[in-house]
Amino acid sequence: MRLWLEKQRHLIDFTLASLARRKTKNIGLLLAYMLLVFVLASLMLFTHALRSEAAYVLASSPEVIVQRMVAGRHDLVPPDYLERIGRVRGVQKMQGRLWGYYYDPVLNANYTFMARPSGEIADGGIMVGNALARERGLSTGNTISFRSYSGKLFTFEVLATLSPDSELLSADLVLLSENDFRRFFEYPAGHFTDIAMSVANPQEVRNIAAKLGKMLPDSRPILREEILRTYESLFDWREGIVLTVLAGAILAFAILAWEKASGLSAEEKREIGILKAIGWETSDIIRMKSWEGLLISITAFLGGVLAAYVHVFHFGAAVFEPVLKGWSVLYPKFKLLPTVDGLQLITLLFFTVFPYMAAVLVPIWRAAIADPDTVMRA
Amino acid sequence: MLFQPSIIALLLAAGSGVFMLACAAPFAMQVILRWDMRSGSEQQLRLERRTYLFSTLLAFVMASQLAALLLFVFNADRLAVMFVGAMCAVGTLNVNEWGFPSLIAQITIFFLASMWLTINHIDTLARDYPLVRIKYALLLALLPILAGGFWLELQYFLNLKANVITSCCGSMFSAESKTIAAEASGLAPEPALWLFYISMLAAIAASLGHWRSGTRSSAFLTALFSASGFATAIAGVLSFVSLYIYEHPHHHCPFCILKPEYDYRGYWLYIPLFAATAAGLGAGVTQVFARRSSLAGVVPNVSRRLAGLALCAFLIFTGAVSYFVLSSNLVLLEH
Repeated sequence: MRLWLEKQRHLIDFTLASLARRKTKNIGLLLAYMLLVFVLASLMLFTHALRSEAAYVLASSPEVIVQRMVAGRHDLVPPDYLERIGRVRGVQKMQGRLWGYYYDPVLNANYTFMARPSGEIADGGIMVGNALARERGLSTGNTISFRSYSGKLFTFEVLATLSPDSELLSADLVLLSENDFRRFFEYPAGHFTDIAMSVANPQEVRNIAAKLGKMLPDSRPILREEILRTYESLFDWREGIVLTVLAGAILAFAILAWEKASGLSAEEKREIGILKAIGWETSDIIRMKSWEGLLISITAFLGGVLAAYVHVFHFGAAVFEPVLKGWSVLYPKFKLLPTVDGLQLITLLFFTVFPYMAAVLVPIWRAAIADPDTVMRA
Repeated sequence: MLFQPSIIALLLAAGSGVFMLACAAPFAMQVILRWDMRSGSEQQLRLERRTYLFSTLLAFVMASQLAALLLFVFNADRLAVMFVGAMCAVGTLNVNEWGFPSLIAQITIFFLASMWLTINHIDTLARDYPLVRIKYALLLALLPILAGGFWLELQYFLNLKANVITSCCGSMFSAESKTIAAEASGLAPEPALWLFYISMLAAIAASLGHWRSGTRSSAFLTALFSASGFATAIAGVLSFVSLYIYEHPHHHCPFCILKPEYDYRGYWLYIPLFAATAAGLGAGVTQVFARRSSLAGVVPNVSRRLAGLALCAFLIFTGAVSYFVLSSNLVLLEH
């Protein structure tokens, strides 16, 4: 064992020295390799961070949301629904929610209006999300007018702007009292937009949804786990699409690696010839060349992942943002929580190191079987 | 199919493995038919040179299979969110009928690949390629197995449709259902505990014996007890180790222990267990060829070293299990 380790150590020593002798060629390859790892790693780190952000945000949302459907469209929930649902066992808390969208021609953006109980917000006051406040230049104490869909003008006083920490959720949010909400949108009394339910036992969620479906055939229960699953597959899908687009790059890189490995210079050929003449075996040359590939791979992989980490978590993944994040006029500003995932790293290894090593195998062998005397004579 | 990076990576690895093996097949036929060490013909020289290429290629394929097994389980665990009712890898593997066969095929390929690599290793240590024919014949035998594994994996991933209601691990490993997994986990903890420790003791004793004596029969015993040790160890994980780790008398899942909630304790069990079994099997396999004259000096060394590795890994595994059982707050057996 000791002997074996010793042998590998000397091989590595020799390989490093021989790599250093051909700096320009190897640095070129290393840079291309690192760039590939960097691009793929940025993509994976960024989607994973978005995915965990979504999961984190959804963790505190209600387990079930019930909507009423009329002719396949989302409609208002009539007053007696709350009472009828109240009899389902297992439902811990239930709340009718009032929310809607409002189009603001000033910003060409949609706001989300949501009613809060009157204890939290006095009539005539609103709380606004951070992105909205930024875009419209609002601060606490200002007044703002919105023209409702019926044509009437409503003026509100800004009581507070919501904390920037919640910007991912509250970028375009306007919170107002229930009375104001009903008046502004001319909502029929007792009706709600939808119903949010919390269920104590997570394993009961599907049963409760089934019961609701039976009890109120025109309702549509939306489960939190379904939303989570949708996000999950959405991000996976986006990641997969970008990856497919980049498949060409991986292939091009494999071809480059093949070319670089098979285009041995006369000097390198002489080196191998001499090594064989002084007693190295073919398998030793293969081992040395494999070490060379492995060392380059490890350096490029670590360098690329590190650069991607800095790119995603310190510079907000400027390269991939437009494809992966989605867009909106009032887009929230948020900082991603740095998370690195083992599965992603192994997958990345399969997408970069695996094709590289596969591509250089044949050239390595070609170099190793060369006859010492033909090479040295040439 | 789900358009997911890890799935693409797994299929890529399995597909290129089969492709490389298929490329090597005609060469393997040539070696089996034409190999003649005494001849100095040009063809023989060419064959000898090519063996280097294909040995390296295959070592690469086999090594990637080992990594693919890890990725497969890791990925199955992660995909659980996508399926209604699935809470861990069991649910994901249960989404269609190809999941578990695919996993079992992967594990089989893992052990076959490790044995092939051991044979390849001793062959390269000898001067006259004594096992080259056997090696390439085995390779031809491995090709359909690898292709089958790839096909199963492909079927599994192609038929993965999110939203199928699968069974969660709680219902699969409970005592009422009638599968082998359920039989294993349905074992009462006390006999399972005895069976587990007896077979671990046997495996440890056999590998210790072979490591010290180096006799042929002890090598075969090591291989036998490693294989049976693997089976009882998995049964033990299902029937009592998982219970102690979860501190829950009815949760038998062998995959949840890999999760961060349980401090990744599963890796302390599975990595030594797989290494020990592969090394133990390797020790036995090398001894099959101990009578060849050119290998007489090579095989005992290699197989004793493998037995030493198996010994260490089984000790780590048994130690880890004992630690998890003793440090658990769950009381399964009254004293």
